[in-house]
Amino acid sequence: MQKLLGWVDDRFPLTKMWNEHLAEYYAPKNFNFWYFFGSLALLVLVIQIVSGIFLTMHYKPDGAMAFASVEYIMRDVPYGWLIRYIHSTGATAFFVVVYLHMFRGLMYGSFKKPRELVWLFGMFIYLALMAEAFMGYLLPWGQMSYWGAQVIISLFGALPIIGDPLTLWIRGDYVISDATLNRFFALHVIALPIVLLGLVVAHIIALHEVGSNNPDGVEIKKNKDANGIPLDGIPFHPYYSVKDIVGVIVFLMFFSVIIFFMPEGGGYLLEHANFIPADPLKTPEHIAPVWYFTPFYAILRAVPDKLMGVIAMGAAIVVLFLLPWIDQCKVKSIRYRGTSFKILLSAFVVSFVALGYLGMLPATPGKTIAAQIFSLIYFGFFVGLYFTSKNEKTRPVPERVTG
Amino acid sequence: MKKLLIAFFMTFPVLAMAAGGGFPLDKAPINLEDNESLKRGARAFANYCLSCHSAEYMRYNRIGRDIGMTDVEVAQELIFTRDKKGEKTKVGELMKVAMTEDYSKEAFGTKIPGLTVIARARGADWLYTYLRTFYLDDSRPTGMNNMAFPDVGMPHVLWELQGLQKANFKTEMGEDGNEKHIFENMEIVKPGKMNVEEYDVFVADLVNFMVYMGEPMQLERKSLGIKVLIFLFFFAIIAYLLKKEYWKDVH
Repeated sequence: MQKLLGWVDDRFPLTKMWNEHLAEYYAPKNFNFWYFFGSLALLVLVIQIVSGIFLTMHYKPDGAMAFASVEYIMRDVPYGWLIRYIHSTGATAFFVVVYLHMFRGLMYGSFKKPRELVWLFGMFIYLALMAEAFMGYLLPWGQMSYWGAQVIISLFGALPIIGDPLTLWIRGDYVISDATLNRFFALHVIALPIVLLGLVVAHIIALHEVGSNNPDGVEIKKNKDANGIPLDGIPFHPYYSVKDIVGVIVFLMFFSVIIFFMPEGGGYLLEHANFIPADPLKTPEHIAPVWYFTPFYAILRAVPDKLMGVIAMGAAIVVLFLLPWIDQCKVKSIRYRGTSFKILLSAFVVSFVALGYLGMLPATPGKTIAAQIFSLIYFGFFVGLYFTSKNEKTRPVPERVTG
Repeated sequence: MKKLLIAFFMTFPVLAMAAGGGFPLDKAPINLEDNESLKRGARAFANYCLSCHSAEYMRYNRIGRDIGMTDVEVAQELIFTRDKKGEKTKVGELMKVAMTEDYSKEAFGTKIPGLTVIARARGADWLYTYLRTFYLDDSRPTGMNNMAFPDVGMPHVLWELQGLQKANFKTEMGEDGNEKHIFENMEIVKPGKMNVEEYDVFVADLVNFMVYMGEPMQLERKSLGIKVLIFLFFFAIIAYLLKKEYWKDVH
């Protein structure tokens, strides 16, 4: 065995990679609850790829057959229903863990120097994930698939000059049609997963280059022992690998509760209207995107002008990319940051959740005003942070990690 | 933060109710473990629904296997169509319908929806209310209207069983000064073969069957789920003990 390993190591850096990324990758020893969601996101990615492969074996990307093929998977394919529910619930789980993972980054300043690229790669993952989820949602070819895609793609039509040709180019037709379904299938099944996997590798390589942040925001590489090992670091494997297994099991318990007992998620994960086959002639009463898009959808609707709404929605995502340069506070962790940051971050979380809620409901004048207020708070977070972070009243950061 | 989250999730049921809107729905008294009810529902479905509506994603023999009917019983009690060769439709076939789309568009002005997953789109309570609230309305081409589905294109296929009923409205002045018609009750004007209680049971059986058909594996799903959760629970304990053992030397 040892001989075989030596043979491989002479030709491929197997042991070197194992050590660099697992056995001798030193992670801070004070990771808390919030640090489960990175490895969980990776787990969900694998779940989605594996369940997706099996779905692809039975699904038919054809306007006349897509809806029926999904029901065929649900009924005639052995355990097809399980695979389908795993995949549909997995989409929601992906966004849950990614949102919590991003919130952790905000809280502990994990996007700050020297981790700007980790954050940027992560944001590109988030962007690719949104595209992936959006295109995947068209594939069941139900009413909500169809009309949701119709609404979202028509947003590009608001752009001046290039708007109409662009929407035509995306759809491959004047309306959402078989052509759109086919290309969305191609993008969902091969193009975007490749992009996602590449970005995930870049995200992890960048992270392992600079090392993980922690709830104290202390750089553990500043305090090393005689052998150059961080005093507050522990090898990722076995310490965090065994710890993350616990996280995985607890996550799988929540995941299973949804898959086995509430796969429709009360109509929020699998929408009721999506059990009616796509019909270009009948618009459903109420079209709402799936929950993970609703905060941005609410921002879009809050702006009276369509073009300005689209720009606001885009800006809501773009501004997240700029966070490492918006937040100029030298202190990373919320534990030692000033009151202004704590207030701003709380307001941001409230506005994001409130916008998500409002984005699910049909617009009424009162709710539009609420969405406008919360949109202002959403952007206010970044503006406020830009102006307050430089001169924030912070508390002294300890030399070593606590707890 | 926690309180906020709880408050946020508390609003979900309210949301679901608000989405329904319109006519208040009656709770459908269904039980998916009651095979006798499902059999009655399947027969009702095959006799009254399947002539116009298809259930094109469902196979006849799947019903039999799931609710305890032999293939012979399925063939006798549920299958009334013939296949392309003119032979009686086989039990392994999908529950398609003989009526063509063109004909249905001509006759009813619309494509007749398939019913395989209609219970998942509309919900059991809606179906239960819909099938019981047809009332006489001369302004409609079929002479009937519906409380749950105003101006519905479908005629009241079950009128021979339920009889014909008329809806009584009372007129009230709304706050905005306009007259409002508020539904009071239903009144049977021509009795059918069943009384009200019998008809309610008949519809409940039918809805029960449609809920089953919408997701035929739903009982299996739940029972498998319990096993998976029990497994994960024990696995969680072992994983936690393993973590604790390793982490002894960290603190």
